[in-house]
Amino acid sequence: MSTAIVDYGVGNLGSIVSMHRRLGIDAELVSDPDELARHARFILPGVGAFDDAVDRLDASGMRPALEELVIQERRPLLGICLGMELLADSSEEGERRGLGWVPGRVRSMRGSLPAQFRLPFMGWGFVTPTQEHPLLPPTDEPQRFYFAHSYAFETTADFLLGTVDYGIEIAAVVGHHNVLGTQFHPEKSHRFGMALLRSFDAFEVS
Amino acid sequence: MRFRPRVIPVLLLSDGGLVKSTGFTDPRYLGDPINIVRIFNEKGVDELVLLDIDAGRLRTPADIELLAEIASEAFVPLAVGGGIETVDEIRTLLGLGFEKVVLCSVTVERPEFVAHAAATFATSSIVVCIDVKRGRFGRREVMTRGGQVRHKLDPVEHAINVARLGAGEIIVQSVDRDGSMAGYDLELVEDIADAVDVPVIALGGAGSVDDFDAALRRGAAAAAAGSTFVFQGRHRAVLVTYPTDDELGGLTHAN
Repeated sequence: MSTAIVDYGVGNLGSIVSMHRRLGIDAELVSDPDELARHARFILPGVGAFDDAVDRLDASGMRPALEELVIQERRPLLGICLGMELLADSSEEGERRGLGWVPGRVRSMRGSLPAQFRLPFMGWGFVTPTQEHPLLPPTDEPQRFYFAHSYAFETTADFLLGTVDYGIEIAAVVGHHNVLGTQFHPEKSHRFGMALLRSFDAFEVS
Repeated sequence: MRFRPRVIPVLLLSDGGLVKSTGFTDPRYLGDPINIVRIFNEKGVDELVLLDIDAGRLRTPADIELLAEIASEAFVPLAVGGGIETVDEIRTLLGLGFEKVVLCSVTVERPEFVAHAAATFATSSIVVCIDVKRGRFGRREVMTRGGQVRHKLDPVEHAINVARLGAGEIIVQSVDRDGSMAGYDLELVEDIADAVDVPVIALGGAGSVDDFDAALRRGAAAAAAGSTFVFQGRHRAVLVTYPTDDELGGLTHAN
């Protein structure tokens, strides 16, 4: 069973598809709720504004099916960028409730960074794992990834898998059982992103 | 690990090939765009900016097929620009897999388009490039249409305006320094970086990692260049290069 890239009309998904193709991982865009169950794992992408993304996910009709497959059946899901922020309980960027699949809330970084660190954070950051996790296996080489965001996921140590330093320490990777999220874009992080998507493809809930 | 600012090759597309200009004239053919993008991708480049220099100047339509192929080859952040003036064009380009579009002439001719674009797409996907030429007595003027049209517009004022309207980043390009490899117009970079809150990317004149460092110390959030990544040696032989992580490791922001 292949990976479903959840296509709910938010962001450009071409790069996620082509990186999977390059890796030889069977992955396809899915926008039909009935198609989701045929897939072993899910990628939840996202670019843009929080409320708009929540509304579009609701309007796509895929949310109940995802709840069933991810929360009841515990199939792995990886949220990317805004897709990770949607996993939180809430976001300062909007009024809507988040999915609440990873405990935490999303807050604006405005006002909390040293002056030379501008927003949006657009650039590469070195990710430091904060606990052992198959998504971020130990490596000799520092792992760097591409970030493009102005909001940060606040959570507790239990759900924090890796951090990045952008003047302050912010969450780069979060996880709760089978639900994982990266604030950065693996699909834009060449060999480092390829390694991470490969790790997600092999990830099983213990 | 410490945060390191971005170093960005800017690649110029003309008539299906990649070229490099000097002072916005004299485009020299470098090679096949797909091939060169693939090399940069393998070198683990921070980001790539592609500018179609025919589209802005001659108002020719973008080569969507070529851009689509480039986007599917590069697993790094990509920005694309050249003659973009409509929301539909932006939607098409973002849909191909580009993270960002670079707006130039339209931001002078119709500044309100920046607000329209930023409201329709994420602010972080809208980059404004300001081309600046120094006139008599060093007076700075904004140029559009690939350096063909001169405006009595102060680049610092224009930067403040486009940042207010929603530009997510601003590329500050010196027309005079283009292709010179003699260093950035640091005064220009600093004045604009001081005037706006959004990230400012220096472009035009870089010849070395030291030049990147100088721009970053004067307030740029990232350093961009053309010639230094494609020419080698005194005779400017074409050779695609990109500094290693070690060589870039010392780069830091101004304090």
